Amino acid sequence: MLGLAGLLIFMATDGFAAESVTTGVATTPWWVWAAALFVTSFLLGIVAVLGGVGGGVLFVPIVGGFFFPFHLDFVRGAGLLVALAGALAAGPGLLKSGMANLRLAMPLALIASASAIVGAMMGLALPTNVVQTSLGVTILGIVALMWSAKKSEQPDVPKADSLSSALEIHGLYFDAAKNQEIDWKVHRTPIGLFMFIIIGIMAGMFGLGAGWANVPVLNLLMGAPLKVSVATSKFMLSIVDTSAAWVYLNKGAVLALIAVPSILGIMLGSLVGVRLLRKANASMVRKVVIGMLLLAGSRALMKGLGY
Amino acid sequence: MADYAHDPKYASEEQVAYATILDLGWKIGFVLMVIFFGLYVFGVLPAHVSMEQLAQYWVLPADQYLKAVNGPTGWDWVALVHKGDYLNYVGISILAGITVICYAKVLPLFLKNGDKVYTAIMVAEILVLVLAASGILGGGAH
Repeated sequence: MLGLAGLLIFMATDGFAAESVTTGVATTPWWVWAAALFVTSFLLGIVAVLGGVGGGVLFVPIVGGFFFPFHLDFVRGAGLLVALAGALAAGPGLLKSGMANLRLAMPLALIASASAIVGAMMGLALPTNVVQTSLGVTILGIVALMWSAKKSEQPDVPKADSLSSALEIHGLYFDAAKNQEIDWKVHRTPIGLFMFIIIGIMAGMFGLGAGWANVPVLNLLMGAPLKVSVATSKFMLSIVDTSAAWVYLNKGAVLALIAVPSILGIMLGSLVGVRLLRKANASMVRKVVIGMLLLAGSRALMKGLGY
Repeated sequence: MADYAHDPKYASEEQVAYATILDLGWKIGFVLMVIFFGLYVFGVLPAHVSMEQLAQYWVLPADQYLKAVNGPTGWDWVALVHKGDYLNYVGISILAGITVICYAKVLPLFLKNGDKVYTAIMVAEILVLVLAASGILGGGAH
């Protein structure tokens, strides 16, 4: 059903887009675009939750690549706000439950948010085809990462490194599934900090959110438990995307008619997705998400290269 | 809204204080964003850029769009806040600004605990976010 709805929207809006681009004149009423964007974002919100990815990583390549006539600048601006709104809404619960950790997030977020400003400025300064090509390569890289990366629920951290010890980065959370308290610490903090420079630049440049990169670095590299990594990553987006979002706002790359329906659609879709989570075949949905990203990444790459 | 099961053992005082402000702030921003979007999209307030113009120019890069519609950069949108389209920036700015307020709220707690390193990290983060929000970096065209 979801696939059919998505296909219908794809066919309808792709047709509209082709019409607008070829004639150079906006012949489709504005409200059709706003409604189509809302429905598309709603469906992406459902798929994102079921596929275990953030909304931004689906939103930017799919809305920017296939469906709509909006320039990539505005799609990336909306994508950042989509990721930011989701992170802000999730943040309080994750912090209060102790799943997200402030001491872990703050040093990494400082590096990433400063880098995200640089990324946002680069993204808005570079020619569109360069950004489009880089976006395509990045999305295809994410596909490879999602396909191959393993996750470790409770990584083995024999000894905390000296930097994380000095910063007192460690914690305790209650794992309801196991009905036990989990004590954790991290290692390889300097390499982790370096990785967040790259993650921040990419988050700002492409407006993707960065959960797809945060979680592997926190979990596989630094050794934080998977649940702490996912929660801290989500919370960190509220800081990192904030800095990039301001750059987009100040550069006029945020249009309310694109951003607000996208945020509302994704957030409502996420609520529905959470309800469907128990019934859905998560493994199958994840494969569909990977397939969608593969198509979107290829499309972005081709558009960027002028095909 | 949600009844968060929190315990001082799992979430520090600073973490809970941050979460409380964040919870309030994002809800205010979100509700205002929805209300202002309704005023805009249903034509209750006139827009600086008409919907028809918008649909014509949103194919352009941001800098060219701004030139075409005589749109503002940086904080110049404040002068247009009586227009439906730019009124939406109020809700969006609250969403983008709440993190700085959370940091400012939690900073005294780190100071009180004598945590100099994290105090410095927080001050640096506030400076980064204020710099991003200031428009010093973001204003202007390509």
